[in-house]
Formats: sequence, C-alpha cells, structure tokens
Amino acid sequence: MTAEPRSRVRFYQVGSFAVGNRLVGSDQRNAQSDPGRANSLTSGHRACEGCGEALGARYVLDAAMRATGGRLVAVNATGCLEVFSTPYPETSWRVAWMHSLFGNAPAVASGVAAALRVKGRSDVRVVGQAGDGGAVDIGLGCLSGLFERNDDVLFVCYDNQAYMNTGVQRSGATPPGARTATTEAVGPAPGNGFGQGKDMALIAMAHEIPYVATATVGDLFDLETKVERAMSMQGARYLHVLVPCPLGWAAAPRDTIRLARLAQQTGIFPVIEAEGGGVTGVSKIRHRVPVEEYLRLQGRYAHLFDAGGAVAAPEVVAGLQAIADRNIERYGLLGDEPDKEES
Amino acid sequence: MLAQIEGSRAVAHAVARCRPEVVCTYPISPQTHIIEALGVMVKSGDLAPCEYINADSEMAAMSMAIGASAAGARAYTATASQGLLFMMEAVYNAAGLGLPIVMTLANRAIGAPINIWNDHSDAMAVRDAGWVQLFAETNQEAVDLHLLAFTLAEELSVPVMVCMDGFILTHAVERVDLPDQAQVDQLVPPFEPRQVLDCDDPVSIGAMVGPEAFTEVRYLAHARLSRALEVIPVLAERNAEVLGRASGGLVSPYRTDDADTVVVAMGSVLGTLKDVADGLRDEGTPVGVLGISCFRPFPADEIRRALERSRRVVVVEKAFSSGFGGVLSADVALALRSRSIPVDTIVAGLGGRPVRAASLRSLLIEAHHGGLDQVVFCDLQAGLVQGELDRMTARRRSGSPAENVLRDLGAVAPHGR
Repeated sequence: MTAEPRSRVRFYQVGSFAVGNRLVGSDQRNAQSDPGRANSLTSGHRACEGCGEALGARYVLDAAMRATGGRLVAVNATGCLEVFSTPYPETSWRVAWMHSLFGNAPAVASGVAAALRVKGRSDVRVVGQAGDGGAVDIGLGCLSGLFERNDDVLFVCYDNQAYMNTGVQRSGATPPGARTATTEAVGPAPGNGFGQGKDMALIAMAHEIPYVATATVGDLFDLETKVERAMSMQGARYLHVLVPCPLGWAAAPRDTIRLARLAQQTGIFPVIEAEGGGVTGVSKIRHRVPVEEYLRLQGRYAHLFDAGGAVAAPEVVAGLQAIADRNIERYGLLGDEPDKEES
Repeated sequence: MLAQIEGSRAVAHAVARCRPEVVCTYPISPQTHIIEALGVMVKSGDLAPCEYINADSEMAAMSMAIGASAAGARAYTATASQGLLFMMEAVYNAAGLGLPIVMTLANRAIGAPINIWNDHSDAMAVRDAGWVQLFAETNQEAVDLHLLAFTLAEELSVPVMVCMDGFILTHAVERVDLPDQAQVDQLVPPFEPRQVLDCDDPVSIGAMVGPEAFTEVRYLAHARLSRALEVIPVLAERNAEVLGRASGGLVSPYRTDDADTVVVAMGSVLGTLKDVADGLRDEGTPVGVLGISCFRPFPADEIRRALERSRRVVVVEKAFSSGFGGVLSADVALALRSRSIPVDTIVAGLGGRPVRAASLRSLLIEAHHGGLDQVVFCDLQAGLVQGELDRMTARRRSGSPAENVLRDLGAVAPHGR
C-alpha cells in the first residue's frame, strides 16, 4: 500500500464493517456525506430498484468532482447507465456529459482529453464510463489504445457481468456457470462455460498504466478513496467496479450490497490496486466465506442447486470455488487482518 | 506560393494552415501521406498548438474527433475505403451530433477482393450519413476545398468530407498554388462551437430520442445539411476573391450551353471527359460536361438548370449499387424527373482501372446516337466474364472467380488442373 488507510480504527456496526461518517473527522468523511456534494448523477433517473451501477456511478463521479473541484467532463458508452439517466429532454447528469456510441467511449474520452490539453485546460479532467460490455468486449480496442497512449483519462467499468440493458446476454465478463439469455440454464452444461471470461484489471495492468484498481459497491468508502487516488494522478487510469444487478443476477434488490461484499469476501472478485503494472495493495478478506453462499443468493446460479437446496452441480460450484481460491493465492487476500478467520 | 508537390502533401499543407487543434490519425492507403505530413508539421512545431494522436483504429480516430469537437476543438482526420467502413458508426454519429469535423477521403475501392486503388465505392457507402461530401477534380481544388470545408462545417455545425481520388490525385506530383497563412486566416475564422462540453455550463450531449420526436430531429438535421447548398456558393465566391481562382461550388458546367449530350461525373475523371468532349466537338458532336462538386447535399436545382437544354444525359461514375445500377445517375435522373430525357450510366474506373479517353469517346458517340444500354460497364472484358460463368455452370467448386479471371488474363500461371 502506498497510502495509509484513512482510519486505523474500525467501527463495527450491524455486522457491516462500515465506518460511519459521524465517527471520523470531517476531513475523513466521504464525498457522499458532504451536504455540498455534487450529486453528479442526481435523483429521478430510471434505474431498477437496487441497481448497483447507479450507486457506483454516483459515488465515483461525486468523488471525482470533489477531487477536481467540479472541473470534470464525463463520457459514457451506450448501456444501462446511459439509458436510465438520459432520455431527452430529461437528464440526471449534473456534470458535463456526453454519449456517442457503445464501442467508442474510451476514444471519445481520449478526444476530449486531447481537446482540453490543446486548449491548456489542464484543470479540467475526463472520466470515461462503460459497462462490462462497453469496456471488456466492444470497447476493448479503444480502451487498450487509451491505455497504450497513456491518455489522461480515468476510465471506469461498472461490471455487472452481462449485457443487462439488452436483456441479460452473456458478455466477456460473465462468470462461468451463470445463466444469461444466451447461456440458458438448459442442456447437459447449463449456464456459461468455463475457461472463458476476461480479467480486465489484469489486462489493464499489462499495459503498465499509472493506476489500476478494482472495487465493489459493497465498500463505498474504498471506492471513493480509489477514485480520489486515481484523480491525483495523470495519464491513463482504470477502475473496475463490481456492481451487482438485481435484474440480471435474479437477486433481491435488497441484496445488492450484500452480494458485492460476498463477492469480495469469497475471493471470487479480488479487490486490488496496482501502479505501473504492479500490485500495490489488496483488500484483505476479513471473514472468508465459501463461494456457495454467494451463489445461493442469485437466481442466475439456481440451476446449481436442487429444489431442496442441495448442491446439484458440485463440479461447477467447485470450479467457481477454485477461481476464488486462485484469486486468494494470487493476491494474498488472507492474513494480516486482526479479525480474519482462517479457513 | 507555387509548389511542385504531391497531392497528399499539398492537402496536408492546406489542412495545417486551417489550424486544426486535434488531428486523429490511422494509416490506410492512399491517404497515409496526408497524416504523415501533418505529423511532421506537428512534431516540428510548424503546426501548433495541435494534438496529433496515433489512434488504434479508424473507429477510434473518428471517435476521438467526436470527443475533441464536442469539447470545442477543431478536429480533423483522413481515411479511405475499408477505414471509412470501419468507422462508419462514428461517421453517422458525428453527423447526428452536429459536430463540424473535417475529413479527407482518399477515394478507394472496397473489398473483397481487397483492392487499394481508386474508385468511389467508399464515398457512396456513406452517402446517407449526413455529411457534406465535396469532390475535388484536381489537386488545386482539393487544397482549396479544405479551406471551404472547415468554414462550412463550423458555420452549419455539420461534418464535411473532402473526397479526392486515391493515387490519381493523392499521389500525383504537380503544380499547386498553396495558400499562405494570411489568406487562410481570412477565409477560416476561429471555431465558435454551437454546443460544447463545459464544466462551468454542464450539458448532456447525445441522449436518446424516441418516436415522438425522432422524425423532427432528423428532419432538422436534413434541413441543416441542405443549407450547405446556400452557403457553399457564398464561400466559394469568397475563396475565389481571396485566392484569385475559382474552385469548388456546387456544380461546374463545361461547354454545356449548346450541348445535346451532357456527361455528368465527379472527381478527377472530369479532366479526361473535358478532353473527350473537346475532341467530339471538333468533329461536330455537341457534347458538354457537368462536374458535380457537391454530392451531398445534392444540388438538384443547379443540375436541372445546367442540363436544361440537353437532350441526353450520360452519367460516368466510379461506383455502382450492386443489383441495381448507377448511384449518381439515379440521383441525376430524379433531379430530371420532370423531363423525359434518357439518363444513361457508364460505370468506369473500378478498383483503379484506367478510364481511357478512347473508350469514353466511343461510348459517348454511341450514347449521342441513342445506342447505349442503360447501364454500361466501361471496358468490361466480356470474354473473361463469360469464361468464368461457364466454369461456374460446369462445376460447383469452380474456385475463386478472382483467381480464375486472373489466370485467364495470363497475369499469373494459366489453369493447370
């Protein structure tokens, strides 16, 4: 870790491990707790109940607005975030915002950054936003180009692990075993296959850009801290945020935060930071949880369990557990935490 | 300043004098020399301030131009052929967003079979995208049209494409009068965007429009694009005043006043056609030529006026719509719908095939006497085609037509199997 955690003191509340804003100094409170926050993505939009992406985008942009003193331009790919926030003449964006196409948001963001540079507006910064489809699939070429040129853009992928806007089709970020509309839970191998999927954080790190981080909407304080860290740097920065989707994951809207936390605590979604291609920090797992607990809450994995709740597809569950175990080993996600539980 | 210079480099010079602030580049023949020359000018400081970006694809190049333009910078790119198709989604998007991007299109055929040489298939493929499409007849015109393009684009908030024939113009080294900075500054005022991404006055650009207003929004874009028909003649006049030469405009008639037969065409083939018309006139056949400089928006009124006295129109075009026929000729025929005169189509110069004066001459004589088929492929080697058709009839797996035709031509080893 290059930066000290904001607070060495932990305040445990209702089992959530969240640090309450009231309990820390005013300089350590998060952007959302500030009554003067930007409300970059303000109320009235059309996101589903429990939408992880709306939550994530709101925190990311408000933190970026705070970090830049409100001197921000946002570029958005086509997708849920674009559609639910802006049918003309309404808009939920209180930040200069542009949508062009599905696959070109990183390049549009690079163009905005170039325009600001040529006009000497180094004070104005650019954030690009896309879902997993827009970042890891159709926009990957443009995103890789942005990384390679080290354009001064923070690009954020809100990863809900499928094409949700078009009705939950498989993307390159859909995890193995998951049911989508194009990997239905039918036949001898229901759901998405193994051996596929793109680890976009690693792909970004391979470009050796200044900053890469993953985060979830289960730890919003961490998410804000990473945005702030990213905005303190110049050049290409990438933030990959896991945002559970109640619709696509067939999960209860009330479980969005719970699922995001479980994704981190199972190890299935490693929360890390990297600079120049090397890992500089990881969010340790406090209470290691078997992947099964994470899967059971999601209808997209319902076919892995029988009517009585017993595991019906042990090899798939074991395969997903193996992915989590590999993440834990690769990033050293266990240990050093005073309250950790050995598995 | 007079210079003996390659067309691409002359265009790069003109573009640089227009002070583009963001130049988004991706290589594709035959436009590459333009972006190379601009790269040298930016790196050497001759063109400043300017951000020169090596994009990762044409899609990225056009998208960067979109972002840069929306953020208030004058943006330029160049492409051709497959590159234009690869960026096509963004080409439409730039027009829909009303962004005044200027792009040079070094016209080139579209594959398969892959072919790097000149025709107009690429420009025709984006005919309906909402861009102004200007066609240069000469390198001098290509240079002058770029000055007009930036002014026109920014005046109307529409993107403008300057089409110049790949290789025939881009790679031709000839005398060009290069405008100097003072002249260009008179013609191209600083960019004042209609709408801009500004953190002090945040707007949302590019949101969704549903059925309740889509027709009206598209109609307004059509009306805005069509205004170019009024603005271009004014800008062309100003260009002529400052530069001391006429170039561009909507149409350019040549000996059409007393012509029975008028040939309509776009681009560099007009030079050959004028020579052919001169020759035919020397022999007493009254033929004229009408160059179309502005293809979109389509100057139907000017074309109708220029063809008022003609009894027959022949459209020579370097592209065609597969399964239909001429593209330009369909537009010309529509412009002339109130008159019942024949409009013939000669498809010529596909994939770089030289358009020979002798071939055009005999086709025009035939046309003049009313003997031309409605669609004729100039210099089509009928024997080669028939040979391949026979093979395809004889055998299902008769092989690649392209390979077979080339073997028959003797360009490679003959059929050995």
